[in-house]
Amino acid sequence: MALINLKINGKAHSVDVEEDTPLLWVLRDHLGLVGTKYSCGIAQCGACTVHRNGEAMFSCITPAASLTEDEITTIEGLSENGDHPVQKAWAEVDVAQCGYCQAGQIMNASAFLEKNPKPSMEEIDEAMNRNICRCGTYHKIREAVAMAANSK
Amino acid sequence: MATLTKTNRRDFLKIAGTTAGGLFIGFNWMSCDSPKMEVLSTEEVLANAKNFNAFLSIAPSGDIVIYSPNPELGQNIKTSFPMVVAEELDADWSKVRVLQANLDTDKFERQLTGGSGAMPHSWERLRKAGATAKYLLVAAAAKKWEVSADELNTSEGIIYHKASGKKIGYGEVANDAALLTAPDEIPLKDKKDFKIIGTPVKNVENGAIFTGEPLFGLDFYREGMLHAMIQRAPFGMKIKSIDDAAAKNVDGVKDVITFENSVAVVGTSTWPLMKAKKLLNVEYEPDGKVESSADHDEIFKDLLVNGKAEVKREDGNVNAAFKNAAQVVSAEYQCPFLSHSPMEPMNFFAHVQADKVELVGPTQTPERARSTAAEISGIAPENITVEITRLGGGFGRRLSADYVAEAVHVSKMMNAPVKLTWSREDDLTGGAYRPAVRYRFEAALDADGNMTGYKLRGVGMNAGNSTREHNFPAGAVDNLLIENVNYESSITTNAWRAPITNFLAYAEQSFLDEVALAAKKDPVDFRLELMEKAKANPVGGELQYNVDRMIGVTKVAAEKSNWGKNPNVKQGFSVYFSHRTYVAQVADIEMENGTPTLKKIHVITDCGMVVNPTGANHQVRGGVVDGMGHAMYGNLTFEGGLPTQTNFDKYRLIRMKEVPAVDTYYVDSGFDPTGLGEPCLPPTGGAIANAIFSATERRLRSQPFIDQKEFQDLNLGIKRA
Repeated sequence: MALINLKINGKAHSVDVEEDTPLLWVLRDHLGLVGTKYSCGIAQCGACTVHRNGEAMFSCITPAASLTEDEITTIEGLSENGDHPVQKAWAEVDVAQCGYCQAGQIMNASAFLEKNPKPSMEEIDEAMNRNICRCGTYHKIREAVAMAANSK
Repeated sequence: MATLTKTNRRDFLKIAGTTAGGLFIGFNWMSCDSPKMEVLSTEEVLANAKNFNAFLSIAPSGDIVIYSPNPELGQNIKTSFPMVVAEELDADWSKVRVLQANLDTDKFERQLTGGSGAMPHSWERLRKAGATAKYLLVAAAAKKWEVSADELNTSEGIIYHKASGKKIGYGEVANDAALLTAPDEIPLKDKKDFKIIGTPVKNVENGAIFTGEPLFGLDFYREGMLHAMIQRAPFGMKIKSIDDAAAKNVDGVKDVITFENSVAVVGTSTWPLMKAKKLLNVEYEPDGKVESSADHDEIFKDLLVNGKAEVKREDGNVNAAFKNAAQVVSAEYQCPFLSHSPMEPMNFFAHVQADKVELVGPTQTPERARSTAAEISGIAPENITVEITRLGGGFGRRLSADYVAEAVHVSKMMNAPVKLTWSREDDLTGGAYRPAVRYRFEAALDADGNMTGYKLRGVGMNAGNSTREHNFPAGAVDNLLIENVNYESSITTNAWRAPITNFLAYAEQSFLDEVALAAKKDPVDFRLELMEKAKANPVGGELQYNVDRMIGVTKVAAEKSNWGKNPNVKQGFSVYFSHRTYVAQVADIEMENGTPTLKKIHVITDCGMVVNPTGANHQVRGGVVDGMGHAMYGNLTFEGGLPTQTNFDKYRLIRMKEVPAVDTYYVDSGFDPTGLGEPCLPPTGGAIANAIFSATERRLRSQPFIDQKEFQDLNLGIKRA
């Protein structure tokens, strides 16, 4: 076991876990931040996407111990009132079916739009291709990313 | 209501977060940007609300709570059910909040999600629930004002007396209304007066979903609970020996226990269990059939010829028809096993105590969860509660209660509250799959290209009846024979979104194109001729599908897709009836730089009245994406009783870049609404396969397409137009 210091959503946290524990399980089991989802555990589906210093990162394969110097943002900390432009666009387009993958989709989209505020539709497809939606909401995800880009 | 504590919106979100499974934000979430906006918490609303019936409570504040009994897995039932109640109530939708009802078999019927059957089953019940409450509210106002109820009108939660100019909110008469008794017969609205039904209403849980609130079973947490993960045996095998020494040594592991051919690691959090499970050394030995996909291929071929078939339907004289045929067309089609793979893996919380059991989690069949727990625990069902969380997808997988049973076993053995979690690998290897099936189709044509005989024999792996013997083209062919052979495999199966038809529709619609080609007829004309024949003179008596509705969607599909009019667009047609709904689809392929490119799928749906257009579009497009994804890529193969694909690196699900445009149209046939969760999936594979044939003359007779030799040098592009 090791004491790991993390900065998540602007707050300092200290957790006592096995050193190889992925950030995902620290968030879910130790900090009660369950908005970040487990689905594949091998960086294939994107449900666990969080921001590491503003960049999209798969939290399921990244040991928390490797993130002590970083600013981590989860879906719970993306905005104070759930009103980040990407969240607003997601609501306006009514993107979700089951909703399980959507936090990861939103975190990927918001990091992508920070880097590329005015993407082409092809660039949106390329960026969002790393997240799986089993319900098949891809048309609406694409529409919402484009809407968020235009709203900025 | 000055005595009630008010909270601002931010507090409201926090309260929502502390209430597992239930709460949602019942107003237009994004329209409430002002933090000054004051709303009552749902606890506050319920503390003063009067309950009118199983579906509905109304508070003096005018806030309305509608209980949604059926599990929500993305089919949007938690929004569409309350819409129907609110419509007949004439409610102000912005005052409605929705709660997921727990399992309550006294209050609710058919509290399950499956078969796209919730809306047709509940349509009248939901309307009556709303209409009854409205009747009582109006009666209470009439009594208060000492006027006849006939003189009163309602709109958006307010009762008006036109003659006197008086008006009063539902909340203000709710207490009085709840004391009155409603007659048995309550008039329902004329459909033309609907204000909520038929309008796009957003998912009532958007706010919680998009801010990461705990909603799903996997998000459930109980102070002091233990976590568990399970190692299951390969199919057809049993445990020979267990060495759990290394697993027990992992920090955070409390115990390793064994029950019914399963080994459970139990501990204080998830990650140590994932590690411990890998350190388990369990040896297995055969206990039945230990099968591989190569065995299945042999079994299919053998049983198609030699299997003892059950005759499902027989019309006319098939032997004579084939003997006298000018031409016979035959083909075989095969599909593999598939995993349901919902994004949220299986999980459940169970707390078995001396005299009661508490269950919380994602299930499509809460009643089955309860009876399973009763059987294992020996505790009577009336002492078992089931709280239904939001489901992170289901696709039929959560109709089974195997994972509920596991959670109950572990809780009972550990004498503690336990949350069981399946890993993705568990999900892919733990069974209950879409069954693998092989079909042989044969058609007899006369000299004029009329289909005079039709034979279908299906062989399925634990598929039950792999045919739908009374579906089209039954009724349209004079001589018809439908036969089924079921092979009992050790590999477990269950319903997978649009059971059987998820593959049968593709095979049948692709084969009908093969027959149309042999008959030198346009594929749409060929089908329409058959439908007209079934309409004029149905073979075998009454048809079990509405042929007018099938003709309807077929004709609209031809029109909307500009069928056969543009030589640069190669098209594939498909039409299918399932789950009471009629769907026709046309796939468009265009050549781009010498590459056939799938650009669009037109979908024409007759599901009767559309309750929620935005929800309907979700189900239609989602069904098409699902149908396409699994036809193109889905493949679960076996070696020695174990799946070869154990995670999403090898088990390929469709992604963003692989999705063409999907255009949706609805045929208003005037019927009451039917379900949409499943019926748009079955036709998709056939439409795409037929378009690929049209563009390339390559006939894809097995799934997944990408593994077929005909597909290897095809380079099919996929692009939204």
